[in-house]
Amino acid sequence: MSSSRGSGPSATRVAAYPSPSAAALGGARAALGLPAWVLGAGFLGFGSLCRQAGVSLWLSLASTATGWALPGQIALIELYVVGASLLAVTLAVGLTNARLLPMTVALIPELRHEGTPRWRYYLAAHFVAVTAWTIAMQRCPSLPREQRMPYFVGFGAALWLVSIAATGIGFALAGFVPNTVTLGLVFLNPIYFMLIFVADFRYRGRALALGLGAVAGPVLHLVDPDWGLLMTGLLAGSAAFAIDQALAARATARRDG
Amino acid sequence: MDEAWPWVLVLAAAAVTYLWRGLGIALADRIDPEGRVFQWVAAVTYALLAGLIARLIVLPVGPLEATALTDRLAAAGAALAIFLVTRRNMLLGVVTGVSVLVLLTFGRVAWP
Repeated sequence: MSSSRGSGPSATRVAAYPSPSAAALGGARAALGLPAWVLGAGFLGFGSLCRQAGVSLWLSLASTATGWALPGQIALIELYVVGASLLAVTLAVGLTNARLLPMTVALIPELRHEGTPRWRYYLAAHFVAVTAWTIAMQRCPSLPREQRMPYFVGFGAALWLVSIAATGIGFALAGFVPNTVTLGLVFLNPIYFMLIFVADFRYRGRALALGLGAVAGPVLHLVDPDWGLLMTGLLAGSAAFAIDQALAARATARRDG
Repeated sequence: MDEAWPWVLVLAAAAVTYLWRGLGIALADRIDPEGRVFQWVAAVTYALLAGLIARLIVLPVGPLEATALTDRLAAAGAALAIFLVTRRNMLLGVVTGVSVLVLLTFGRVAWP
């Protein structure tokens, strides 16, 4: 541990905790700083959107508690307002949230620890969302294996509770918040996500995927708003993977020959 | 019916959302974390998320649609610059991004 702490930016490293339960608390504490404010702002916006759309408070809270993935929740409300069918809503939310599948696949090996019951993985899966995922991918590798799942669940559960509370507050405040403030609140999320991904640029494979994805995302969204995001992942991700593999093969060939 | 309908939608959305997460757990057991398939899935995930974030900034839906693209890009650039200059101070970065967007947008209204 201590030998690896000197390298790399300190922001992505966490020192080991004395116990798994301390790791869970540590995760919750890390979430209750800036991540909670930023995500809270996003769900504040969601809560007021729900009220303006004529959705009840309980339904808004239930959406955050059970869905907890903001882009899909916004799609749900927008489609409800225009009176879309059950099939249309399910398809749209399914497409918007399809990113959660590869995110979960990529995260689980980082959290895996011998002896963890399977149901805990299925429970932890509910907390897979951009903020908790990115932070866990960056910080868990520097933690001992038995502390990783507690850290992630502590972080995710704290953010989840904050999101539910923020949805309620946003519902109550709807209409009272000036438009310019709402703009700022809504803009917080993408800016925050952009900045947390900066730390991943020191890995070539991730940097290639992030760079190509950022360019392809808006372009393919113009081509097809429904499938654009999935196409972005598959095309830009596969291209980044191929380039990374080719560069790695060339480096090996040069070293060997 | 009218009372129950939105609940049906929320439950359907919740089910399809958890389906992806649960399926991810089931699939993760079958993929070798040291293998190429896993590296490819990770690359697809990072590209997807970067695409989503870029889309939220470049082509937003909702209240941000009322702001100018150049203002949003300038705000994102300023946030990134301040973040890097301040040795990755996240708070200063996001506050800069949001302030620049709000000020530029306000400026367009006040001095068209």
